Amino acid sequence: MAARKIGPGTYQMSRVGIKSTAAIVGPKEGEGPLRTYFDEVWESETHQQKSVERAERMLLEDTMNLAVEKAGCRWPEIDLVLGGDLLDQIVSTNFVARRHQRPLLGLFSACAVFTEALGLGGLLVADHEPTTVAVGAVSHHMAAERQFRFPVELGYQRTPTAAWTATAAGAVVVGPAEVGHVVIDGVTFGRVVDWGSKDPNDMGSAMAPAAFDTIKQHLVATGEGINDYDAIFTGDLGVLGVNLLQALGNKEGLHFDDRLNDCGKSLYYLKEQDVHNGASGPGCSASVFAGYLHHRLLSGEWRRLLLVATGALFSPTTYQQGESIPCIAHAVSLGRPEAKLS
Amino acid sequence: MANQETSSAARNYQELVKKKRPGKPVLKNLIYAFVVGGAISVVGQGIQWGFMQYGMSAKDATSPTTVVLIGLGALFTGLGWYDQLVKRGGMGGTLPITGFANAMVAPAMEFRSEGLILGVGAKLFTVAGPVLVYGLSAAFVVGLIRFLITGVA
Repeated sequence: MAARKIGPGTYQMSRVGIKSTAAIVGPKEGEGPLRTYFDEVWESETHQQKSVERAERMLLEDTMNLAVEKAGCRWPEIDLVLGGDLLDQIVSTNFVARRHQRPLLGLFSACAVFTEALGLGGLLVADHEPTTVAVGAVSHHMAAERQFRFPVELGYQRTPTAAWTATAAGAVVVGPAEVGHVVIDGVTFGRVVDWGSKDPNDMGSAMAPAAFDTIKQHLVATGEGINDYDAIFTGDLGVLGVNLLQALGNKEGLHFDDRLNDCGKSLYYLKEQDVHNGASGPGCSASVFAGYLHHRLLSGEWRRLLLVATGALFSPTTYQQGESIPCIAHAVSLGRPEAKLS
Repeated sequence: MANQETSSAARNYQELVKKKRPGKPVLKNLIYAFVVGGAISVVGQGIQWGFMQYGMSAKDATSPTTVVLIGLGALFTGLGWYDQLVKRGGMGGTLPITGFANAMVAPAMEFRSEGLILGVGAKLFTVAGPVLVYGLSAAFVVGLIRFLITGVA
């Protein structure tokens, strides 16, 4: 095992494996096309909790417990926990940590936090110690609505570019690769890109340049092309963001074509479930990876995947003050299990 | 130099976004707003006539009608229906007094979890506050102008 820096933010790593994944989602997400890939679907948004913040915490806690259990571990064997969420002071991640009592690195990069944590966790494992880390990310639709937008019961019209924050959590246990593990073989930590978008109801177009920058950096550093991946999944660019990313790529001769897809586009039936641009939130990329994408790799249908979670790094205060929205994207490349580990 | 390149790329990008961004369904929204807003007004008119059946004048019936509409708006908010209505009807649902009730009751429900003082008490006017501030200000200015022109207070 080792990690090597091969570009400004790109690291290659070997023999880092995913021991287990778990995904739990809310009822609306459970009605989407990926429902069979999730470990559990909640029957209600609040799950009998007295506040939506508590529900978000419970969602993360249950998902992480399940991932640890599926890895065949107990919590004391987890050396380090990495993760984040959308709420102020990343309370969900921090509050869950008082229960599991493991060393914690709470991270924030909005909806990009899952790949930030997964990439960082992979790097740490690649350099021998710690040997087992748990990574988790969560979001809750109602908790995000009340922090970023309006009270849930307030009537207002969403614009066609608005995203639907997913009630979902995904968790992964990472350790030294064994035969049968999906492997993490590289990561590119993105830089902040701000091309002047200001509309908080259109985060897809704000984030697309950041996703493009990170993907480009990753391909340049690794010397790979788009065809080296069976699929490139962005986090929550949605319909418009993916269109824009395609256009940015075409302009520079990077033709994504149908290899490019998006977790936010995949989580719901966009028309029938009336979610406009698609899903968003840290739990979106986390649950879609832990449930669906990991399965595609594990089953051998895909050889390699580039997962590029995207985050809009604004707060209600900054957009009310007229600031544009800085964005970031972190890419993690993953491969299907190898019959023999080199 | 690098900054200039970035800013021109950003400008070009914003042009691209404008081209690709899906438009709002304006005509559909207008029709829905007309139907929803119109329906609420018809209900209001019906309630007013109802009160007039009991011998109230049209002017006297206005206040109880408003109270009933606010009650209905609050009830429908509590049942989780009003936001569905506004999602379709837009301003047709927001502008009538029932929309005002929605704007008061939604935060009251939402911030109950932070308690009666710091939650409901402090946040009750988060949505309706701006409407009240500028509505009252506008009424004051218009009233002043009316007084200056007509001499009637």
